[in-house]
Amino acid sequence: MTAKAPSSAEQGGSAWLFLAPALLLIGGFFFLPVAASLLLSFTDFDIYAIADPANVRLLGLRNYSELLASPMFWTALKNTFYFVLVGGPLTVAVSLGAALLVNARLVRFKSFFRTLYFAPFVTTLVAVAIVWRYLYHPEYGLLNYALGAAGIDPVDWLGDPRWAMPAIILLAVWKNFGYHMLIFIAGLQAIPEELYEAAYLDGAGPWHRFRHVTLPMLGPTLVFVGLITMIGFFQLFAEPYVMTQGGPLRSTTSLVLLMYEEGFRWWRMGYAAAVAFVLFLVILAAMLIGRRVRREEVA
Amino acid sequence: MIPHGSTEGAEGTRQQVRLPRAFRVFRASVWNLGTATIAACAHPDTPDQTVTLRLWAFGREGEEVQQLIPEFERQHPGIRVRVQQIPWIAAHEKLLTAYVGDATPDLAQIGNTWIPEFAVLGALQPLNAWVDRSEVVDSAAYFGGIWNTNTIGDTVFGVPWYVDTRVIFYRRDILARAGYREMPRTWAEWRRALEAVKRVQGPGRYAIFLPTNEWAQPYVFGMQAGSTLLDSAGRHGTFSDSAFRRAFDFYVGLFESGLAPALGNVEIANVYQEFARGRFAMWITGPWNLGEFRKRIPPDLQDDWSTAPLPAPSGDSAGVSIAGGASLALFRASRHKDAAWRLVEFLSARERQERFYRLTGDLPARTDAWKATGLADDPQARAFWLQLHRVQPVPKVPEVELIATRVFESAEQVIRGGRPAEAALAALDRDVDRILEKRRWMLDREAAR
Repeated sequence: MTAKAPSSAEQGGSAWLFLAPALLLIGGFFFLPVAASLLLSFTDFDIYAIADPANVRLLGLRNYSELLASPMFWTALKNTFYFVLVGGPLTVAVSLGAALLVNARLVRFKSFFRTLYFAPFVTTLVAVAIVWRYLYHPEYGLLNYALGAAGIDPVDWLGDPRWAMPAIILLAVWKNFGYHMLIFIAGLQAIPEELYEAAYLDGAGPWHRFRHVTLPMLGPTLVFVGLITMIGFFQLFAEPYVMTQGGPLRSTTSLVLLMYEEGFRWWRMGYAAAVAFVLFLVILAAMLIGRRVRREEVA
Repeated sequence: MIPHGSTEGAEGTRQQVRLPRAFRVFRASVWNLGTATIAACAHPDTPDQTVTLRLWAFGREGEEVQQLIPEFERQHPGIRVRVQQIPWIAAHEKLLTAYVGDATPDLAQIGNTWIPEFAVLGALQPLNAWVDRSEVVDSAAYFGGIWNTNTIGDTVFGVPWYVDTRVIFYRRDILARAGYREMPRTWAEWRRALEAVKRVQGPGRYAIFLPTNEWAQPYVFGMQAGSTLLDSAGRHGTFSDSAFRRAFDFYVGLFESGLAPALGNVEIANVYQEFARGRFAMWITGPWNLGEFRKRIPPDLQDDWSTAPLPAPSGDSAGVSIAGGASLALFRASRHKDAAWRLVEFLSARERQERFYRLTGDLPARTDAWKATGLADDPQARAFWLQLHRVQPVPKVPEVELIATRVFESAEQVIRGGRPAEAALAALDRDVDRILEKRRWMLDREAAR
C-alpha cells in the first residue's frame, strides 16, 4: 500500500502514514478476500481444483447463469424474502411494543423486565434451539398443547413445509427483539417530556400522542433498527441450520444456508462465491429501495 | 500430551516434531495467498529413533481407540501414537482442510464413501505393496462388498475398520398379530405384509418408518432393482431408466398408500419411544441401533424386536444393501508410512477387532471376528451378518454424496410435494448431469492426453 504521493507531498505522506495501519488491515482482511472471492465466483473452483490448480476453469458468468436457472436458488431467495418481509417488521413491532411497555411509567421492576426480555439475545442459539424444538414437538410440545386447549388441531411445526418458516420466524423474533428493544428504550428516553405534556394539554389521547409525538421523534431510531434488522435477517443461517437443516422440502433453506452447503459441504467454492455476491446485490438493492422510500417520505 | 515432568529425551523428540509443523503452517498460509514454491525447504531431517504417528479418528471411535494404543506402543518401542479425536460432523471438512493446508495426519479413519474423493485428490497412499506382503490384512478375511469400497480399479486405498449397512428392525409381536412369523423375502410379499400390518395398526399408526430425509433408502431400493445409479464410467445419471423407476415407484408407493408416514428424522423427536409404542412396526436403519435398541427399548419389549435382511425385488436371492462403514487409510504426505502401516495391521488383527467391537459396538470388518465374538449367531445381529454378504458400494465418484442428497430430495418432492415421479426423475437426471459436468471434463481431458 505505498501509494504515489499527491501534489502536496508532505501532507499527503503523513496522512497516508496515519491511515496506513487501518488501510493495511482493511485491505488485507477485507478488500483482498472480497476481490479474491469475486474472482472465485467466475471460476469452477471445487474439489478437483484443490487437488491441482490446473483443474480450475474460468467460466465467466456461468456460475451466475446456472444459479439463476436453479430452482434451489429461487426457493432460497423466496424463503429469505419471506423471512425478511415477515420476520423483520414483526421484530421491529414487537421490540417497539416491548420498549413502550417497559418504558411506561406505570410499570414496576423495569430493570427486571428489561433483563428478562434481553436474556434471549445473549443466550446461545444452539441451546435455545434445542428447547424450542421441544416446544414445537408435534405431539408433546407445549405449543400444540396450548393450541389443543383452545380447540385447535395440532400443527407439525418443524415438519410441515407450510409451518416450518413461521416457526423459524417466531424463534428469530423472540431471540432478537430484546436487543432492538434496548435501542428503542434509549430512543424513547430521549424524547422530551414537554412534548407529551403539550400534546396532553391540547387534548391528544394516548393513541394520538403515540402517533404524533412518539413515532416522529423515534424516526431515526426506527430507520436504524429497521436497517440493521433487514441486513441481519437477510443473512439468516443459524436458526434453520440448527433447527431444520433447511428442510422439510427445502422450505427453510436461506441464501446463506445454500451458500454454506455449496461451499463447505460440497466444496463448490466458485458456485458458493456466486451465491454470496448475489446475496450482496440483493441486500444492496434492498438498502437502496429503503433509502428511496425514506427520501420520498421526507419530501 | 507429554506430562510435565518428562525426561529430556522426550522433550527433545517433541521439539523435533514441532519444527516441521511450524513449517507446514507457514506453507499453508503461503499456499492460500496463491504462491506455492517454498515446498522444497520444509524437510528437516528427523533421526529415526522415535517416530510419532498422528492418527485421526472420529467421534466414539476416536475416543475408544485410545484404549488400544498402549498395547501397540509396548509392542513397538520406537513408535508413539498421538490420537486426535474429531467430531463426526466436522470430520470431512477437517480432512479436506488438512489436505489443503498440507497438514494431513499419518493415518486416519475415513468413511468409505469418501475414499473416491480423497483418492482423486491424491491425498491417500495406495496400499497394494503393503497389503500384498501382509500376513494380517488379507482381502479374503473381509466382506467382499466392503473391501470393494476401498478399491478404485485395482488400487487399494483403505483397510476396512468396521462396517455398516442397512437392514430392517421390526416388531415381532406386531408382525405376528398381522399373521407373519418372519419377514418376507420379496418385495411383493413384503408389501402384502406391510398392508396386513397397517390393518392391525389402525389409523395414526404405520407399518414402516422410512425417514424421507435419509439418502440410504432410495439408493438401496434402486440398487436392489438392479440400477447402477450412474453409468459405468460415472459420467451420467441413470435415474430415468426402468430399473430405478421401478424401485422409485415401489418406494414412493409405500408413502402414497399410507404404509409409511411422510416424515423425516428430525420430525420424530424420539424414534425409540415411538418404536416402543408401536407407532410403526418396521424401520430400515443401521447397526448402531443394535446398541441403542438394547439401551432404549423398555426391558419387557426386548424379546419383541428383531432384525431382518432387506427383501429382494423378486426371486430367491436376498436383497442387496449399501456397503458402508469406515476404513483406515494412510496419507501420501506421511513420512512414516511403514510405522503407520504397522498400526493399521495392529488394529486389523482379529483380537483387536473383537476388542474394538466390545468397546464401541461397531460391527467388525473381519468375518473371523464375527465368529469369535458370537455376533454371527446373535439372533438380533444375525441379519447384519447375512446382509453384509450382499452389500454393494455406491458409485465411486467424489460427487456421490451430493447426488445422494439430490435423490432423496427428488423422492421428497414426490412424496410430500405431489410432483409426478416421471418429472421428478427427469429433473434428477438433468441435475446429476450438471453435477457430473466437471468430472466428464476431467475424464475427457485425461483421455485426450
